[in-house]
Amino acid sequence: MNGYSTTRIARPRHVLQIRGTPVLAVMIGSMLASALPIIAQVPLLPPFGLMIFVAWRLIRADIWPLWIGLPLGLFDDIMSGQPLGSAVLLWTLILLGLDLEHQRNFWRDYWHDWLIGGLSIAFALLGGWLFVHLSGNGGSVVQILPQIAYSIGLLPLIVRICAALDRWRLP
Amino acid sequence: MAPPSNRRPGFDRKAQYGLFASYVIAIGVALAGVLMLVISIADPVGFSALRSAGAEITRPVAANLKSVILGIGNADDAISAYINAGSQNAALRRQVDGNRTKLIEAEAIKQENIRLKRLLRLTEMESDVVGSAHLISSTAGSAARIARIDIGQGRGVQAGMPVRAPEGLIGRVLHVGPNTADVLMIIDEGNVVPVRRTSDNIPGISRGRGDGTVEIRALNTERNPFKPGDIVVTSGIGGLYRPNIPVAIVARLEADKAVAIPLANPGRIELAMVQRPYQAQTPAEAGAPVPAEGASPAAASNSAAP
Repeated sequence: MNGYSTTRIARPRHVLQIRGTPVLAVMIGSMLASALPIIAQVPLLPPFGLMIFVAWRLIRADIWPLWIGLPLGLFDDIMSGQPLGSAVLLWTLILLGLDLEHQRNFWRDYWHDWLIGGLSIAFALLGGWLFVHLSGNGGSVVQILPQIAYSIGLLPLIVRICAALDRWRLP
Repeated sequence: MAPPSNRRPGFDRKAQYGLFASYVIAIGVALAGVLMLVISIADPVGFSALRSAGAEITRPVAANLKSVILGIGNADDAISAYINAGSQNAALRRQVDGNRTKLIEAEAIKQENIRLKRLLRLTEMESDVVGSAHLISSTAGSAARIARIDIGQGRGVQAGMPVRAPEGLIGRVLHVGPNTADVLMIIDEGNVVPVRRTSDNIPGISRGRGDGTVEIRALNTERNPFKPGDIVVTSGIGGLYRPNIPVAIVARLEADKAVAIPLANPGRIELAMVQRPYQAQTPAEAGAPVPAEGASPAAASNSAAP
């Protein structure tokens, strides 16, 4: 009872660490593209913010309230250079879709998670391309296909990283 | 594994209402997203205050990482310079001797040039550079091709100003923050530049393709007049871009257009210059801030003259 010994189990955590870690992880992921000094000629980097967002959702089904797409999506839009509102809409639709899917298919495994995570990323990137295209910028849809492919390939790694963060943040 | 879900409220009426409310809120958020999208597509600079606030946050990180990467990139040059010092010294000495005479000749030609220009009253305004900047980051994860430079309103940068490197044109400023500015690169579909071929002044329009190349269309000829290897420069028609900035070199032909590679590779240039918008001589052409679609009919009518 006295003192917190060397055990990692049931060590007290500040509420900010428990609640704030996922939010901060997504925000850092969103900032990555504009913080790295890469002058890209094609869509080059995976959408890290979205991938971390989906990864947390896959690890903990109830981690995101349904309104979280507004603040986090808005932050992602500001950082990524997409037309504002693009990620707000797409991320909220992804949350609703994953929620619906969760009610239909209650039992899940690794491949199932990868499939629905990958579909979410493809949906978000295609939607993001569409909104950029509607505002008269960007290029042809062909050049985001490689980006979609390696983003889906990278998703399990991001899930691993988020799972490690999850172990660190929870008592 | 089946995780427990709090989105299955069972028979608890209060929980059922809470769940319903959360879906209503989610749909409200989605509609807010649609509304923001419509506004930002209709008025691309509308939310520039928010964007520049975000840009200011990442500016120090990107600018410092850039200097680290440039330092690492130059390290091998510095090391090999030490190793080759002896032979390099002799070679450079010979080169200096050769260059000295050329330098004197060039100086004489320059003097003569100034004198002739004064005779012709063709003295251009040389103070067209607002400031020089580094490209610090870009929208690497998005489909839009926008780069960010590390100077902004504080140094007099304004939206619409052209940005170039010594090698060639980069783009024009889209929106400006206190210490950053976003540049729409010429490789973006939304950036249209009036150009001409250097060899025979055939006018054309360059437009980005989004994949690092631009497409060039001739304005007033039926057939595609371009050949691989042709170099196009800005024509200055329609204002904004000063004439004779190198734009691209034609790589291949596609039906009625030519695919060209920009001469300034944004990934490799170190310094960019922000220029004042170019004002053409006649008052009718001056003052057009964006040459985009509106410039093409004017360019077509003007190009008949030469």
